[in-house]
Amino acid sequence: MPLLEVKDLRTSFFTPTGEVKAVNGISFNLDRRKVLGIVGESGSGKSVTAYSIMQILASTGKIVGGSIKLDGQELVDAGEKVMKTVRGNRISIIFQDPMTSLNPTYTIGHQLMEAIMLHTDRNKQQAYDRAVEMLRLVNINEPEKRMKQYPFEHSGGMRQRIMIAMALACEPDILIADEPTTALDVTIQAQILELMKSLQEELGMAIILITHDLGVVAQMCDEVIVMYAGSICEQGTAEEIFYRPRHEYTKGLMRSIPTADTAGTKLHPITGTPIDLLNMPEGCPFAPRCDNAMKICLTQRCERMQVNDEHQAACWMNVKAGVEDGSIEIGGEDGDADA
Amino acid sequence: MSKKFSLHVNMDSFLPATEEEKAYMVQMRPSSTFFRDGVKRLLKNKVATVSLIVIVAITLASIFVPMFWPYSYESMLGVSPGKPVDASYNNLRPFQYGATEQAKLAAGERVFPHVFGTDSSGRDYFIRIVYGTRISLAVGFFASIIVLIVGLTLGSIAGYFGGKVDMIIMRIVDIIYSLPDMLMVILLASVLKVSLGPVIEGTALARIGSNIISLFIVFGVLYWVSMSRLIRGQILSLREQEYVLAAQAAGARGGWIIRKHLLPNCISVVIISTALQIPNAIFTESFLSFLGLGVNAPMPSLGSLASDALNGLASYPYRLVIPAVVISLIVLSLNLFGDGLRDAFDPKLRT
Amino acid sequence: MPEKSSEALVEVRHLKEYFNINVGLFRTKPLKAVDDVSFSIKRGETLGLVGESGCGKTTVGRTLLHLYKPTDGEILFEGKPVRTREEINAFRQKATMVFQDPYSSLNPRMTVSDIIGEPLDVHKKYGSKTDREQRILELMDRVGLNSEHAARYAHEFSGGQRQRIGIARALALDPSFIVCDEPVSALDVSIQAQVINMFDELQDQMGLTYLFIAHDILVVRHISDRIAVMYLGKMVELADAAEIYEHPLHPYTKSLMSAVPQPDPKVARANKRIVLSGDIPSPLNAPSGCPFRTRCAYATEKCAESMPEFKEQSAGHFVACHRTEELN
Repeated sequence: MPLLEVKDLRTSFFTPTGEVKAVNGISFNLDRRKVLGIVGESGSGKSVTAYSIMQILASTGKIVGGSIKLDGQELVDAGEKVMKTVRGNRISIIFQDPMTSLNPTYTIGHQLMEAIMLHTDRNKQQAYDRAVEMLRLVNINEPEKRMKQYPFEHSGGMRQRIMIAMALACEPDILIADEPTTALDVTIQAQILELMKSLQEELGMAIILITHDLGVVAQMCDEVIVMYAGSICEQGTAEEIFYRPRHEYTKGLMRSIPTADTAGTKLHPITGTPIDLLNMPEGCPFAPRCDNAMKICLTQRCERMQVNDEHQAACWMNVKAGVEDGSIEIGGEDGDADA
Repeated sequence: MSKKFSLHVNMDSFLPATEEEKAYMVQMRPSSTFFRDGVKRLLKNKVATVSLIVIVAITLASIFVPMFWPYSYESMLGVSPGKPVDASYNNLRPFQYGATEQAKLAAGERVFPHVFGTDSSGRDYFIRIVYGTRISLAVGFFASIIVLIVGLTLGSIAGYFGGKVDMIIMRIVDIIYSLPDMLMVILLASVLKVSLGPVIEGTALARIGSNIISLFIVFGVLYWVSMSRLIRGQILSLREQEYVLAAQAAGARGGWIIRKHLLPNCISVVIISTALQIPNAIFTESFLSFLGLGVNAPMPSLGSLASDALNGLASYPYRLVIPAVVISLIVLSLNLFGDGLRDAFDPKLRT
Repeated sequence: MPEKSSEALVEVRHLKEYFNINVGLFRTKPLKAVDDVSFSIKRGETLGLVGESGCGKTTVGRTLLHLYKPTDGEILFEGKPVRTREEINAFRQKATMVFQDPYSSLNPRMTVSDIIGEPLDVHKKYGSKTDREQRILELMDRVGLNSEHAARYAHEFSGGQRQRIGIARALALDPSFIVCDEPVSALDVSIQAQVINMFDELQDQMGLTYLFIAHDILVVRHISDRIAVMYLGKMVELADAAEIYEHPLHPYTKSLMSAVPQPDPKVARANKRIVLSGDIPSPLNAPSGCPFRTRCAYATEKCAESMPEFKEQSAGHFVACHRTEELN
């Protein structure tokens, strides 16, 4: 059984100007000890997915449909009492901006120990020892000294390590990292990513890594989900997604990023601008920007289909290709898209 | 993929979509400025809207009522040149009539009633209240404008140029702040009352009255400080915005940047502050007039009317109550409206 | 310094920019944001400038345009110094800037037309309204903006479109040199490519010269002819883009280039990353001598005593390191 099972999750924000369908029916699984990357741009819904799993949405947000199962236990509508035992304990989250995630008025030791004492029945001394152990685990030197210091005395990289220490203090099964290195310098990012990888191997936990940086995904993730405007475009292993993308958005994205080889040439950008989530068109949300959009793309969403054992995509181009090579028949009564 | 696909699609749908079809799917939302959003929000606030209606009603009344009211604020009804003083007009209660008026009524003529009676000199009280309101509103409004101009100028100069200029201006602000304002106001008003009279004699300003001029001077000299601090704070934070840097990179100088970039982005704060300053000014004018340092007789002001009413307080309490109620109503409505403005336009509260 | 004044469009000599920071009641300490930096940019060239927090690259760009008054050093444009008010004013018409944040670099109270036209208005370039409008529409067209949107306000546009507005504004006075301060960092990946291409096209069409400041190495590698690397106010390496990427000589550059995550799973995982230990020191407390010595695997006593000279190691390749020959 997968560790985390998300089925047809829908989350919307109810604003004065209308309903924003931030997550519009996504399904995926997370296995133990795996690193899953969720890639997307602004408005894709990747962060909202994480907040929905943790149920820490803003007051205007609400999960309006679907199911989230942690080890078989349903979390949607499970109630605050259940979620309190899950957050920080079985699923932890670290955020993008370490400056604002730590409370500036409490010492680091206080914040670490608070998390530990909340979820385990250690007493103060045991919590202190555990906190120091965690700081050592994330390669912070002189941990006892740090316990008495305040967040503002540390740099961004250090604070992110402290966040990781806090998140891992209770040995969660899943660590959700929402753009953990976006605000950090490149050399610091390399340190943090290396730390996360080694911790993952050492502690045997699963990681959901949310980012817009394809390089980070390529380096860290076993499996990848690509999101656009609240829907999953495709999902599969990293090799499949990077080397054999089967959704027009992913293909466009891969073509448009500058790499070591593109110097001096023209990039192939994706035309148009990102979608206005308040004004979502019918059909595939990417269609207005898609060079290969077909008439059906404008009116109907494509369902998720199995491309091969390790790869699923939701793009009409695959259907078209299938029809052309004869592996798909249209208009039959039996068989439907594999979920 | 080897699946049978139970879809109701036909092969035509797999034709490429045209540019027009794609463009149709994407449309920009209708244009809306910050100002329009704010006004919408303001009108949703019932308290603010009601307050606005009250203020507008009072203002319109104070402008238009004297045009058709048969009595003037200064004419003592019992006094006609050449004839002995008719004391029956003094201290009339509401809806009572003086001697000659009663004669007219008896003769079948219609006489406009004295809705609030008359005062101790036989002047129609209602029209005096209306005039008093007009004076109070006008003084309050113009004094606030003066405060706005002085505070805005000095605050923006201090905020933008910083350094020594800022230091000098802010130390002046600190000194003025540390003076006891009631004392200063009274002191300044008394001194100006005596010295200003001969200075403006014969000029157009004499018509307005030396006391009102001195009132404006008092405001201009003392009350600009909080506005300037507010503006300075705004400018300090706006100055670091990248669009200011962009303007500097394009070659714009201080004056241009203040006028085109910094002040327009302060407007909401300025309007709110001014709206809340007007009741302050009205109140100050009222109490100065109450103390006899305000407008010159026979021009009435709500404060001076309240002061005059103290004499006959036991017998005619309504003469104090009415101006007090009007002052309270104006100040309360303006304060509530100012609060509403702030809630509607404060950028920090916006989602 | 590399180029002769007559060939270079922009030349910077021993530029220093120190800011006085209050550290106590009456004490100030100099923050050496830019500490003796020299380089030049040829006409039509794109010089990329990279570095991490506190390296001073943004300060270099802004000081170059005299948005900050240089503490010391010389700036030459077209071979002539830029110092007096008139010279700066004339310089401002030929050298402009594109900013990083599309949200704060446009005045929310101004229409698109006014924003783009501001440089024209400041320098009073157009007497008649129609001529001015014509020019603004021309600029909007050039950056791919719909002319119908001229009367709209900036906040109604997406990040990529706002950046185009910023670029149109930079082009208003027909400049020859543009400082691009992280122009694509705040944009979505799919939009970055559009804007990068636009920079390329504009350079081809108008013969522009760029100083391209960014922290994304792959973007800089793509667009630059030469790349300069800065660390804590000092320039540590300068070479052709391909050369610096494939054969970096300075230890910092080596670790910087290896730290960049490549969007290719096989490459990314096989990459032997040089991971530096420790954090980047604050520019207020820059280490003595070579500022990189606290994190450098090859630091010696000499590195603490003196700052290495910025020397030409091979043709057009400059490095500031005491041990370059030994290590390579």
